[in-house]
Amino acid sequence: MRYESLIDSVGSTPLIGLPRLSPSPRVRLWAKLEDRNPTGSVKDRAALAMVRSAEEAGTLHRGMTLLEPTSGNTGISLAMVAKLRGYRLVVVMPENTSAERRELLTMWGAEIVSSPAAGGSNEAVRVAKSLAAEHPDWVMLYQYGNPANAGAHYATTGPEILADLPTITHFVAGLGTTGTLMGVGRFLREKVPGVAVVAAEPRYGELVYGLRNLDEGFVPELYDPAVLTTRYSVGPHDALRRTRQLLEQEGIFAGISTGAILHAALGVAAKAEQAGQRADIAFIVCDGGWKYLSTGAYSGTLDEAEDAIEGQLWA
Amino acid sequence: MAIEVRIPTLLRPYTGGAKAVDGHGATLAELIADLDARHPGIGERLLDDRGLRRFINVYLNDEDVRFLGGVDTAVSDGDSVTILPAVAGGAG
Repeated sequence: MRYESLIDSVGSTPLIGLPRLSPSPRVRLWAKLEDRNPTGSVKDRAALAMVRSAEEAGTLHRGMTLLEPTSGNTGISLAMVAKLRGYRLVVVMPENTSAERRELLTMWGAEIVSSPAAGGSNEAVRVAKSLAAEHPDWVMLYQYGNPANAGAHYATTGPEILADLPTITHFVAGLGTTGTLMGVGRFLREKVPGVAVVAAEPRYGELVYGLRNLDEGFVPELYDPAVLTTRYSVGPHDALRRTRQLLEQEGIFAGISTGAILHAALGVAAKAEQAGQRADIAFIVCDGGWKYLSTGAYSGTLDEAEDAIEGQLWA
Repeated sequence: MAIEVRIPTLLRPYTGGAKAVDGHGATLAELIADLDARHPGIGERLLDDRGLRRFINVYLNDEDVRFLGGVDTAVSDGDSVTILPAVAGGAG
């Protein structure tokens, strides 16, 4: 495939069958390899769409500064787009994110402001909002509330999956900004009667839920529960176990959040198999495992790996 | 047998610091009423007059109860219930 520039090559990722992890020929799992995007994650789609949308709205011009709260992937994607389009980028990132993410952001030219580990991305959002108030000339695209985030998946990821898998019965993805699930979910619900839209939500260590009070809770503005069929909470043990299983049985080297998504997808598959129903289950591989090597997720026993990622934002 | 309920850090002042407590009931609403009887005040932190509070998520065996039956979700002995505040997590 030939493209005019790197930005033009975002999307059109492969959908890969998983013959060894699928329970039977009637209940099949399909992995959408979003790590094949230019910076190696699904976030390239949202980052590009949000920048394009701001450019088209006339709120973003060459030389301006972008600001974004992010635990890593969105920042890396924005840094690439910002470099190619001529913007400065400031990212606010929780300090309990992997070293690779920081190095990559710096390499792509982003400036990093650290937010406290306690409170996770909640704190990053809070710090970013206060920075935005101090610098009214900066543009915060704000992935949690920007319709272009979900719009990117409605316009690209959803149609790609349906074109490759017209017999789809279930779509499973991670719940973070909710952009992927809202966009793909809405698209599929319009086209495929009865399709199930399943969220896998990572369950972190206690530090991440260390709010001072409940009023500091956070639900992304993009989130509409009516798009979902159900929502599972997946802890680090299951996420790590499935991440390793995906590598050992199907040869796919994915990040830890993908393990959490696969866990939910396998649960859905087992239910369909038990009920004697046909199922074609597509799920998102958010990124490759490269950025998480230093976390210890792939070495030693599962218990050792679980201890190693305790307190980290692993998805 | 009872239903194990995992308590987030924020609500442990109500459970004397316990990370998990046992409760009884046939529905989530009954379970929360039982918890409130044993740990007075916790019920009000979980529910308002419209049901579960906006920033409270409750999972029955890892599935979000909002997609089951909300506070009317049936629960039974041996189930595991996890309460967590809604946070931005590690998104993006």
